[in-house]
Amino acid sequence: MDIGERDPVTGQMTTGHEWNGITELYTPIPRVVIFFLVLGTLFSIGYWLLMPAWPLGTTYTKGLLGLDQKTQVEQQLELASAERSAWTSKIESMDFAAILADPALMTIVNQAGSTLFKDNCAVCHGTSGTGSQGFPNLTTKSWLWGGDPQTIFETVRVGINSTHPDTRVSQMLSFGRDGVLERAQISDVVSYVQSLGGVAGEAAADSESVARGKDVFSANCVACHGDDGKGKPDVGAPNLTDAWWIYGSDRQSIFATIFNGHQGHMPHWEDRLSNTDRKLLTLYVLSLSEKKT
Amino acid sequence: MPEFHRKIERSAIGFVLAIVVVSSIGGFIEIAPLFTIDETVEAAPDMRVYTPLEVAGRNIYLREGCYACHSQMIRTLRDEVERYGPYSLAVESKYDHPMLWGSKRTGPDLARIGGKYSDAWHVAHLFNPRDVVPESVMPKYGWLQRNTVRTDDLGEHLAAMRAVGVPYTDEMIANAGNDAFGQASPDSSFAAGVSERYGEATQVRMFDGNPEQVTEMDALVAYLQIIGRLTDVAHKQAALAQEGAK
Repeated sequence: MDIGERDPVTGQMTTGHEWNGITELYTPIPRVVIFFLVLGTLFSIGYWLLMPAWPLGTTYTKGLLGLDQKTQVEQQLELASAERSAWTSKIESMDFAAILADPALMTIVNQAGSTLFKDNCAVCHGTSGTGSQGFPNLTTKSWLWGGDPQTIFETVRVGINSTHPDTRVSQMLSFGRDGVLERAQISDVVSYVQSLGGVAGEAAADSESVARGKDVFSANCVACHGDDGKGKPDVGAPNLTDAWWIYGSDRQSIFATIFNGHQGHMPHWEDRLSNTDRKLLTLYVLSLSEKKT
Repeated sequence: MPEFHRKIERSAIGFVLAIVVVSSIGGFIEIAPLFTIDETVEAAPDMRVYTPLEVAGRNIYLREGCYACHSQMIRTLRDEVERYGPYSLAVESKYDHPMLWGSKRTGPDLARIGGKYSDAWHVAHLFNPRDVVPESVMPKYGWLQRNTVRTDDLGEHLAAMRAVGVPYTDEMIANAGNDAFGQASPDSSFAAGVSERYGEATQVRMFDGNPEQVTEMDALVAYLQIIGRLTDVAHKQAALAQEGAK
């Protein structure tokens, strides 16, 4: 390159190139740009050496640090479970009564259980466990299958009408659709069921209908719901005399339930959640109904 | 160096070729791993294929843009594995054309949603998400329950999938429409053929609770219930890792 001259107008140096008398000012790339370009290049070379970078057919350069995201996540999970082991080992080894009697441990159970519940159970049973149309309320102490810790734990493990081999199985038959009962008979049973005391805010049906309904009830319903309509936890039949209704307590809802039947489905959690997690959930669910009283 | 550059700058063809070579380096580095994909993707010999009803459901999932808010990719991060389950493996989306990994989560990840909730919940939730999850911002999809699912073209969908490497047999393609009907109608005479062709583990149920017609709701719920369950290789690998830790 020719040595440039100073441009008389701006006072800057020129590049020394000249085209038909026109010259060009010498304005090089700022030093700082060159500096960062070099820095960036050095960083890339360092990164290529340390981290997984270049594909080599079926494998790749592993990098001097030997980092691998799959082993990393496994290590992190191990670390996390080691951190928790101070109390998870207690949960695992102690029985339900002992854990419930330990307030310090129950504080942890309620925190961890709340997270587990929100991730897994809340979409059906609601974030506060109060359920919704078709999904049972867990805060009522009106348990379908029994409310002691061991029973709840088993329900969480195998589910209800689920694909688990040991699943709890329960079905409300479709008395109307399958032609077991006439429409009039169903209507009478609805009157009788509503008279059992669990329904508020509905006009009382006439006593004749209730009496007819009682006969139909004792012929068809008592096997599962019991002579007094209080339900049988060993077959998961709900109590009809309390104020809690999964599918609604108005005349039409009860009629639809008897006509079409129901077979609620709760998934099983044995494959998805560990023993400790399920135990935590059991205790948390129990605490939901404790809070109510 | 400046002499070399001066020379190459003055040859038009030489300079164009030099540009092509340099600019293709980045592209090549990105494409290279695909040449060895057969060796690098995990093996899952027991992997099943989507049934025609699930393919129909998957098409509805695509049509409604569910992937815009739901990912199907559990990353190798502790919080994701603890919340959703074992991290996703490449082989799990082997039959997904196109893949639905997604890149944004307005709703939760769905990679392990299959079997997590009941059919009735999915139907109630799609009908109006606020009925079961009050804080949800998901749109309603209740009209899926009124639309009969289109089954006459499912054979062609399966054939298209076969063209890109999904091992559908001629028999599966010929019976696609019947199988889609049968999978959602357990009492019909078409139900047996579904289990026969797609395996005993195939879920043959009335997904939307309506026995009269096979709706788009049936198809979508059938698809949601199979996501992450075409193979259990991810669960097996996670169990192995856990044992290794002990």
